[in-house]
Amino acid sequence: MTETTKTPAPDAVPTPPAPRGLIPLPLAAARALLLAGGIATAASAFLAWTWTDEFPGDLTINGYPGGLQWLTFTAGVLTALFALAAYGIRGLGWLLPARNNAPLVLTALGGFAVTWFTVIAISVELGGVVNLEPGGWIAAIAALLPLIGAFALPQERTGDGTKEALKAYVAKPDRIPAPEASAPWVQRAVITVVTIIGLGVFTYGIDTEYGELFVGYLFVVAFAIWALHTAGLLDRFSAIVAGNRSFTLAMGFAAAIAFPFTQTDDHYANIGVNILIFGTVALGLNIVVGLAGLLDLGYVAFLGVGAYTAALVSGSEFSTLSGVQLPFWASALTGAAASLVFGVLIGAPTLRLRGDYLAIVTLGFGEIFRIAVNNMDGDSGPDVTNGPNGIANIPDLNLLGFNFGQAHDIGGFTLGRFANYYLLMVLIMAIVVLVYTRAADSRIGRSWIAIREDETAATAMGINGFRVKLIAFALGAALAGLAGTVSAHVTYSVVPTPYQFAGSTPPNSAFLLAAVVLGGMGTVAGPLLGAALLYLLPEKLVFLQEKSLLAFGIALILLMRFRPEGIIANRRRQLEFHETGQLDVPKQTTLTDEPAVTKAGA
Amino acid sequence: MTTPVLEARDVTMRFGGLTAVRSVDFTVNAGEIVGLIGPNGAGKTTFFNCLTGLYVPTEGTVSYKGTVLPPKPHLVTQAGIARTFQNIRLFANMTVLENVLVGRHTRTKEGLWSALLRGPGFKKAERASEERAMELLEFIGLAHKRDHLARNLPYGEQRKLEIARALASEPGLLLLDEPTAGMNPQETRATEELVFAIRDKGIAVLLIEHDMRFVFNLCDRVAVLVQGEKLVEGTSEVVQADERVIAAYLGEPFEGDPGEAEAAEVEAAEAAAEATSTTSSTKGEAK
Repeated sequence: MTETTKTPAPDAVPTPPAPRGLIPLPLAAARALLLAGGIATAASAFLAWTWTDEFPGDLTINGYPGGLQWLTFTAGVLTALFALAAYGIRGLGWLLPARNNAPLVLTALGGFAVTWFTVIAISVELGGVVNLEPGGWIAAIAALLPLIGAFALPQERTGDGTKEALKAYVAKPDRIPAPEASAPWVQRAVITVVTIIGLGVFTYGIDTEYGELFVGYLFVVAFAIWALHTAGLLDRFSAIVAGNRSFTLAMGFAAAIAFPFTQTDDHYANIGVNILIFGTVALGLNIVVGLAGLLDLGYVAFLGVGAYTAALVSGSEFSTLSGVQLPFWASALTGAAASLVFGVLIGAPTLRLRGDYLAIVTLGFGEIFRIAVNNMDGDSGPDVTNGPNGIANIPDLNLLGFNFGQAHDIGGFTLGRFANYYLLMVLIMAIVVLVYTRAADSRIGRSWIAIREDETAATAMGINGFRVKLIAFALGAALAGLAGTVSAHVTYSVVPTPYQFAGSTPPNSAFLLAAVVLGGMGTVAGPLLGAALLYLLPEKLVFLQEKSLLAFGIALILLMRFRPEGIIANRRRQLEFHETGQLDVPKQTTLTDEPAVTKAGA
Repeated sequence: MTTPVLEARDVTMRFGGLTAVRSVDFTVNAGEIVGLIGPNGAGKTTFFNCLTGLYVPTEGTVSYKGTVLPPKPHLVTQAGIARTFQNIRLFANMTVLENVLVGRHTRTKEGLWSALLRGPGFKKAERASEERAMELLEFIGLAHKRDHLARNLPYGEQRKLEIARALASEPGLLLLDEPTAGMNPQETRATEELVFAIRDKGIAVLLIEHDMRFVFNLCDRVAVLVQGEKLVEGTSEVVQADERVIAAYLGEPFEGDPGEAEAAEVEAAEAAAEATSTTSSTKGEAK
């Protein structure tokens, strides 16, 4: 903290002090530390970190990384890559367009976090640091090196105080040089590569076999994405995506379809199909909450209506309509239609209310559904749903001779039962995404947003508020019902318990709403990402089990504090929560090289 | 004359025991700019809300071009009455263009199915709406800001945008609730021009305003509302000359109006009191 070699000798004219880091080291040393530390971290993954394979992932082998070591390796490589880019190595310049330090700091932090997490997890789980092999110690020290280097990087400081300085280290620069115009094929290649990497990362996350690995995975992914964000690469990528929207959508679906082919174990396809069901319903809820601004706390009931309808007409022997077995297309339509009718029935009286009152009433209706279904067992009510026993033995679907219950070999890949349903859900999700995007960008979508913004003004503009809200409600319900028809077949049986307001496993109304809010209201990717996270976290972090709701609550509070617009921000929302007032300047001017003088236009 | 654009007959609005508007008869004829003035709390905005269906009048009817209006805001707009609000109510997080497009809602038909299927009709209608919206933005001079969010516009432009949004519903009558509130003199001038230009498009205008110069410059006819009742109605000259209007704004002299002699007496007494009090107290009394 004292005067260091970096400070120039005082002249007659006082010059502003040269920027320096928190840790007083020369710039060359800091960079060298980053590069060497990154490489050392990556290399340390090849050592044995512990002596016993009791710690999951078998970290005992010299010469080959295993489990969490792969994550340390990845983080180390990323740090080294950014360090090389900071040196200005040819061919890596694109990694750091603004030549800023934040990506270096963040990747170093990521490597440090995952390595130290592993080392600490080994010590705690096996009972003491004695369980660490020298390799573990080396890894811990190696991961510390880039961190020291990162915080020794010189930093232009605006204010004093350590907090400000730390913030400045991870801040995204205001201006990032505009990329050179690239050919369409280059853009498409970029999108393809990113999609493949994304599929790989996502698949790795789903395939993690134990909680520690998943936590480490989250560390690395979160810090890597944050680093890419501060480097400005995410903005560049979204600019490319904006120019190739349909290609990106196609690639996204290609990746979604490719997922089951990468899986050898049908268990992971099961996770995949559940995420898709959850995500699809969340996207339907996004119409109601994100676009029309109607807080619906009983939305899961519509999933239930769809599932029960499909179960009743599935031909199951426990169904009260056991003689009826509709083909899938018919049962899907029936399920969606039944949900739509329920949506209108529930919406018609409740949508006259606004705000909190609507939320409370929908919460009530959601619970009424579950309780009614519980009671319609022929004992306390008419015999429709078999009460708490539900409708079991729902037969597998059979579409055009393709039996969803059996494993099929396609091009050398074996697709199990869940993989089949997964592919069906991809199709359903495609329909829902299409419905969502088309509805949002139309006269009706604009009137939903107008109602959300200011209902009085919207009605004064000639919008029939009640009618438009009812359409949103019914459409959302129908989409949830559609997803429900598939979920009935996936889970073999339909019982009332999952269709409640809050529970420890998704989907329930609270989780659905959380997926929308967490992911980002009013976007397509947001609820899907939110659903994936909210499904995977309780699934993977088994050790949290009974505390998972607590963790969930804490996570939501933190998110609302630091990123209220959700992980993937809608442009509108971003502005709503961060009063910068300048973000809405049309696209082409945001990424320019020129000094931002007249952005305000006023 | 032909049927008036707007005819309010015997409109009364009570909130419990409070009568905010009492038996107001009021007409706006085609091509007219009519002003509605009155002191604060006179019931002007309540009357506006009765006209536009936001409030259901306790008694009386409002008719537009001869047909009685149902008390539902969206049906009133559909019939051809558009309005702006006293405190700007734009869709803050929508772009300028989207705001105007929402105003087009009643003049377009495309429902959910057409949005989902995206047939040629849908695309044509969307394009036509956008063209119309851009024309309006050109008209008020905001075309260059079409992709800005409404919340980021300066105050004066937000007022303009609200007018454009109202015009998008192709009204026959435009109700402006204090269109120049909070504007500087230049902006007020510009708004004056804008209102004339709107009238020249064949749209009748009814406006509430506190800026008297603005009202008397602009309006063919001015009505004065005091404590929920219509006091006077007539041309600017008539209204300006009316004693009751002046009294309503400035307060009435009390019974036994003090004559000039008495006034002089009071002045003298005050001066004397001041002279004595300066010695004892620190400061002279204010009037």
